[in-house]
Amino acid sequence: MLNNKLKTNTVGTWWQNPYIIGIKRLMRDKMAMVGTGVLLLIILTVICGPLIYRTPIDKIDFSQSTLPPSLAHPFGTNDLGQDQLARVLYGGRISLTVGIIAMLVAVSLGTSIGAISGYYGGLVDNVLMRITDLFLALPQLPLLLLVVYLFRDIIKTIAGPETGIFVLIVLVIGCLNWMSVARLVRANFLKLREMEFVTAARALGAQEGRIISRHILPNVFGLIIVAATLAVGNAIITESTLSFLGLGFPPDVPTWGRMLYDAQNFLTSAPYMAIFPGLAIFLTVLSINYIGDGLRDAFDPKTKQ
Amino acid sequence: MKKYLINRLLIAIPTLIGISVVIFTILAVAPGDPMGEFAANPSITAEVRENIRKSLGLDQPIYIRYFKWAWAFVRGDLGYSFTSRSPVIELILQRLPTTLWVVGSAYLLAALIAIPLGVISALKPYSLLDLTITTLAFLGFSLPPFFSGLLLIIIFSVQLKWLPFIYDSTLQVTNWQTLIAQIKQSIMPISVLALYQGAVLMRFTRSSVLEELNQEYVRTAYAKGLTKLAIIKNHILRNALIPVVTLIALDLPTIFTGALITEQVFRVPGIGALLIESIYRSDTPVVMAITFIYGILIVIFNIIADLTYGFLDPRVRY
Repeated sequence: MLNNKLKTNTVGTWWQNPYIIGIKRLMRDKMAMVGTGVLLLIILTVICGPLIYRTPIDKIDFSQSTLPPSLAHPFGTNDLGQDQLARVLYGGRISLTVGIIAMLVAVSLGTSIGAISGYYGGLVDNVLMRITDLFLALPQLPLLLLVVYLFRDIIKTIAGPETGIFVLIVLVIGCLNWMSVARLVRANFLKLREMEFVTAARALGAQEGRIISRHILPNVFGLIIVAATLAVGNAIITESTLSFLGLGFPPDVPTWGRMLYDAQNFLTSAPYMAIFPGLAIFLTVLSINYIGDGLRDAFDPKTKQ
Repeated sequence: MKKYLINRLLIAIPTLIGISVVIFTILAVAPGDPMGEFAANPSITAEVRENIRKSLGLDQPIYIRYFKWAWAFVRGDLGYSFTSRSPVIELILQRLPTTLWVVGSAYLLAALIAIPLGVISALKPYSLLDLTITTLAFLGFSLPPFFSGLLLIIIFSVQLKWLPFIYDSTLQVTNWQTLIAQIKQSIMPISVLALYQGAVLMRFTRSSVLEELNQEYVRTAYAKGLTKLAIIKNHILRNALIPVVTLIALDLPTIFTGALITEQVFRVPGIGALLIESIYRSDTPVVMAITFIYGILIVIFNIIADLTYGFLDPRVRY
C-alpha cells in the first residue's frame, strides 16, 4: 500500500511524464511531423517497393543503356541498362540499414563510455576523456577512407563481399562518431549522480549497474534520442560519401552514393542518372534532420513551453 | 595568459603523438603491401624487391619505423613518395595553393553571407524572412556536397553551358581574360563548399543572437534610451559573435577534409585529391603525411579557438 502511494506521489501521473510532454510538443512541430511522414513513406517504399516492383536490379542489357525516365523504367536506366528505380529502392535498404546500425554502434559506445566516465569520475573519467579528446582530434574522413581501403580485402575474405563491407563500414562510422554522445552523457551523469534520488537508490542497496541503467540513464534518454536521430542522417551521408569516392560497397551492390559515382561520367548525356539517387539521399537526410531538430526543441528542458 | 598557452601547447604534444601513432598503426598493420605493384611486375625479381624494401626501411619492426618517421617529421622531412619518388613535401606544396584558394574563398564567402543573414533572421524571429532563411539553411546543410556539386554541373555546365565543369589547374592568371576564366572555373567548387559551411554558420549565428536578445543587459540598454541599431551593433553583436568566431576556428580543419569531396567532384587537383590518389596507390608516406597534417590542423585550430574565446570574452580568465 505504502509503496504504491509513494510511487504515485513521486512519479506523478502519466501526463506529467516528461516524455509524454515532449512527444506532445513534438506533435505540434509542423516540420518535424512532415519529416516523420516523409521518412515513414521512404522506409515503407524501400521495404515494400521491391515486393511490388519486380524488375531485377542487376539485369544487364546494353541495348537499353542510359534511357531517360519512361513508363517501362520510371527512373530511367544506367549505363549497363539496369533499371534505376529498382536500384534506388534496393540502395535505400542498404543506406537506411547502414545509417541505423552505425548509429546504434556510435550511440551505445558513446553512452557506455559517457556513463562510466560520468558516474565513476576520477582516474577512469580522466583516461576515458583523454581518449575521447584524441578521437575528436582525428581527421575523420581521411581516416575513414584509409581504413575502408586498407581493410576491405581482408574482411571480404572473412565475411564475404557484401556483409564484410557492411560490417566494416558500420563499425568504422560508428567508432568515429561516438564522441559527442559520450561527452553529452558524461556531463549529465556528473550532474545527476549527485542528486537525491541516486543517494536514495544507493541507500536502498541498489547495485551500481542498476543505478546507472535504471535510475540515471532514463533521465538522459531524451538527449540520447536527439543525438541518435541526427547520427542516422550523418551516417547515411558518410556511407554515401564513401561510395561516391568509390570506396564503399562492391560495384554490383547499388547504393545511393555508388549510383551517383556511376552517374558522374554521364552528366552530359544522361543527367537523370544522378538526379534520382541524389534526391533520395537529400530527402531522407532532410527529413531526419527536421525530426532531430523537432526532437531537440521538444526534449530540451531549456526551451519553454 | 602565457602560462595557459604553454599549458595548452604541452597538452597538444601527447595528442599529436596519439594521432600519429593511430594513423601509423593503421597503415602498418594493414595487409596491403606497398610493394604490391612491383610484385606484379615480372621483370623485378624477388631479390630486387627485397632490396627495394630494405632501401625504404620496410624490413624493420613497426616501432623502429615509427620513431624514424617521427624524428624525420620533426625535422621537416616527410619522406619520399613510393610512386613518384619525389619528396612528399614537394608534392604537397604543389597542391596546397589550389586547395587554399578554394577553401579560403569558400569560407570567406560563407561567413560574409551567413553571419548577416543569421543576425537578420534572429532579430525578426518567426517572421516570413526568418522562415525563408532558416529553411534555406536547413536545405543547405542537408544537401550532401557531392550531390549539390553534381546538380550545379548539370544545371550550369550541361544545360546552360555557362561554366566549365573540369577545373584547369594549369591556368595562369596573367591578364583580364584568364582572370575571368579562373573565376568561372572556381565559382562552382567554391559555392558548393560555401553553401554547406554557410548553412551551418547561419544557424549557429541565429541561435547565438537569439540567446543574447533576452539578456538583462539588453533591457538595460533599452532603458537607457539607446537606439535599436546601437544596441544591436555595440551590445548584442559583440557578445553574440564570440561563440561564432570560436566555431569558425573549430570549423576550419573540417572544411579542409570537406574540400576532399568537392575536389573530387570538380576534379580540382588539391590536397584532398592527392590524398585519394595516394590511398588508391598505397603510397604510404604521402597518405601518412597528409592525414597527419589534417590532425595537426585540428589540434592547432582547437588551441586558436580557445585563445580567441579568452581574448574576445574578458569574463574568461586563464
